[in-house]
Amino acid sequence: MRHIISILMENESGALSRVAGLFSARGYNIESLTVAPTEDPSLSRMTLVTRGSEEIIEQITKQLNKLVEIVKLLDLSEGLHIEREMMLVKIKAERANREEVKRLVEIFRGSIIDVTDTSYIVEMTGDGDKLDAFIRAVHEDLVVEVVRTGPSGIARGAKGLSL
Amino acid sequence: MELSGSEIVVQCLKDEGVEYVFGYPGGAVLHIYDAIFKQDDVKHILVRHEQGATHAADGYARATGRPGVALVTSGPGATNAVTGIATAYMDSIPMVVLTGQVPSPFIGSDAFQEVDTVGITRPCVKHNFLVKDVRDLAATFKKAFYIATSGRPGPVVIDIPKDITDPGVKIPYDYPEKISMRSYNPVTRGHTGQIKKAVDLIMAAKCPVVYSGGGVVLGNASESLIEIIRQLKLPITSTLMGLGAYPSSDKQFLGMLGMHGTYEANMAMHGTDVLIAIGARFDDRITGHVERFCPDAKIIHIDIDPSSISKNVRVDVPIVGAVDQVLQNMLKLLKDSKVEQDQDAIQQWWSQINKWREKQCLSYDKSGDTIKPQYALEVLHKVTNGDAYVCSDVGQHQMFTAQFYGFDKPRRWINSGGLGTMGFGLPSAMGVKMAHPDADVVVVTSEASIQMCIQELATCKQHSLPLKILMLNNGYMGMVRQWQEFFYESRYSHSTVESTPDFVKLAESYGHVGMRIERKEDLEQAMQKAFAMKDQLVFMDVVIDPEENVYPMIEAGKGHNEMYLSPESELV
Ligand SMILES: Cc1cc2nc3c(=O)[nH]c(=O)nc-3n(C[C@H](O)[C@H](O)[C@H](O)COP(=O)(O)OP(=O)(O)OC[C@H]3O[C@@H](n4cnc5c(N)ncnc54)[C@H](O)[C@@H]3O)c2cc1C
Ligand SMILES: Cc1ncc(C[n+]2csc(CCOP(=O)(O)OP(=O)(O)O)c2C)c(N)n1
Ligand SMILES: [Mg+2]
Repeated sequence: MRHIISILMENESGALSRVAGLFSARGYNIESLTVAPTEDPSLSRMTLVTRGSEEIIEQITKQLNKLVEIVKLLDLSEGLHIEREMMLVKIKAERANREEVKRLVEIFRGSIIDVTDTSYIVEMTGDGDKLDAFIRAVHEDLVVEVVRTGPSGIARGAKGLSL
Repeated sequence: MELSGSEIVVQCLKDEGVEYVFGYPGGAVLHIYDAIFKQDDVKHILVRHEQGATHAADGYARATGRPGVALVTSGPGATNAVTGIATAYMDSIPMVVLTGQVPSPFIGSDAFQEVDTVGITRPCVKHNFLVKDVRDLAATFKKAFYIATSGRPGPVVIDIPKDITDPGVKIPYDYPEKISMRSYNPVTRGHTGQIKKAVDLIMAAKCPVVYSGGGVVLGNASESLIEIIRQLKLPITSTLMGLGAYPSSDKQFLGMLGMHGTYEANMAMHGTDVLIAIGARFDDRITGHVERFCPDAKIIHIDIDPSSISKNVRVDVPIVGAVDQVLQNMLKLLKDSKVEQDQDAIQQWWSQINKWREKQCLSYDKSGDTIKPQYALEVLHKVTNGDAYVCSDVGQHQMFTAQFYGFDKPRRWINSGGLGTMGFGLPSAMGVKMAHPDADVVVVTSEASIQMCIQELATCKQHSLPLKILMLNNGYMGMVRQWQEFFYESRYSHSTVESTPDFVKLAESYGHVGMRIERKEDLEQAMQKAFAMKDQLVFMDVVIDPEENVYPMIEAGKGHNEMYLSPESELV
């Protein structure tokens, strides 16, 4: 099963490598990982997507909690939550297909943020499925480059993950 | 008080109550060594290899429960220390290792004797620090000692760049009284509801077994354990790491369990309806095939580390907490409880266990003239009144010691279980002897293991550490040879130690006493003589039966009811 785990940790240089090292040392897989400082600069927030049986996910959360720099952790998959990922796509846009691509971007509620005679850069946010669907919708010969952030997640409702 | 970084390092050790530092100097720690030179409170023990420093600090910690401290230089000093750090990590031993690092501005430039110590040690420490500012030093030490000794203990590395210890830069020093870390709050108190559930389950059990482990030793919970076992007449078995927490000589003790555990212990595991695991981590040497592990049991597991629980085997009643606290709570609940145990069932269970005991699975052939390793350990027990600190290396001799020495007290059995580090015995014994100068401290080893850290014989001379070394010389890497005999049709590929030194001369050349013992009838007297030399390290080279095997044995991945008991026996 796919799990999305949200982590609050000390914003210290070694912390990220401890998390990454834990996953490689114990043979867990990381599908994606995003991290950035929070409004409190002493803390970072990480969103990590992984897959495994219930037993493995239980070990993963326990092992993560054991890392001294991890302050708090929540398996978002256990409740209602929102996931968003951001994508930048460079697309060939020549005379014949400029309009077509533009229409697709509108349908998917993306925006074109860079234009040349022969290309667009499209910015798009959504859950992973939506971004996949967009890529499929654009003819594969036209896609020059795709950059995705991996999902960030937050639990629904009034309660926050904080100290 | 204004101190330099190097003075702060030493002062922090003093303020932590550290008596001994086991170390080896080098460029990156020279400022610290200079500060050590100028005081007498913290005593430095100069080893001959950094692996020895870490094992010695580890031995000190195992024997006392207080954190051991080692000090090594950057680069090769740090890499040499890694084996000792990993050894302590696997057995959850509290230790603080100070490593020198190249000066901060040089970090990352492939400077002379630079390695990424924090990176290299990350997977085998409980935590590590790179000190970036001299003003952080004191707080880092406080955190390191706190982390190493609290919760599930473990080694902590503090990597200190040379400029941080610059004697020319003085800053105000104040050692923090207390430290609190928002990201580190180990649990101690077990959940009352869970403890109550466990008590109910134990009281209702017809065939209960306690499986106790190193956590009972680490958590100083021996007394509580004994109390509860006696009160409820529970059969108890122990892992290799838990030996001594419950007296081996007591009739409720079934012996060690697992791969080389006793028949009765393993059969009881197989037949139990309620397994009570206390401070043990369901290691694969214990569980064998996990699907065939305790097939009929409800399992209670007390452990301070949530990640030990349901890691290898799913348990029914997890209790996260310090074992002593949890057992005390259980005893309190038992006092108020009106439920009675099913005495008939327990009685029957004991008679079943006693039938298993009749197999006498640890019996060995006493007829010949050769010295059997089992016999040598029985003699050792006799000569030391079973009261020595026994430090072991890794191999058959380690298993024989576990089976035959009969530990009656915790912290007397010092060995590397999790990592199985050959070379651990001698240096760890140095740490034990520093901690208990008046006690008998014995190294049980064999001719392969002893050569991995033999250079520490010089340390023993320099620091007057009169250890007794009992080397069971079988001329083989016995444990390897045994596996090759069983599983590779006796093709003894590179497990023969074909060239060994003359150990008597070797001991003598280091300034110690050497003895070679070849005849069974000489053994006891020789050992008496050796132990009577209170001020001398005596190296006993005891020639034993070269092809003796350790029994019982469960093949890796088999069930507890599938044991080999002797060379002749079929699987029982
Ligand atoms: C050649 C060889 C053969 C071996 N054969 C065997 C064998 O036949 N049988 C055997 O038993 N072992 C054997 N071992 C050892 C084995 O590899 C493991 O080291 C050992 O079984 C682990 O012991 P343990 O479960 O007690 O765990 P330990 O490693 O001692 O772990 C202690 C556990 O207690 C917990 N703990 C720590 N402090 C506390 C506290 N205060 N409160 C509560 N919990 C706490 C920890 O979180 C951990 O889970 C062998 C080793 C070697 C080298
Ligand atoms: C550092 C290290 N290398 C290799 C091993 C693998 N190993 C386990 S037991 C053993 C043989 C030990 O031989 P010896 O010290 O003579 O003990 P014996 O089994 O003969 O009692 C070896 C090589 C190990 N445990 N540690
Ligand atoms: Mg040998």
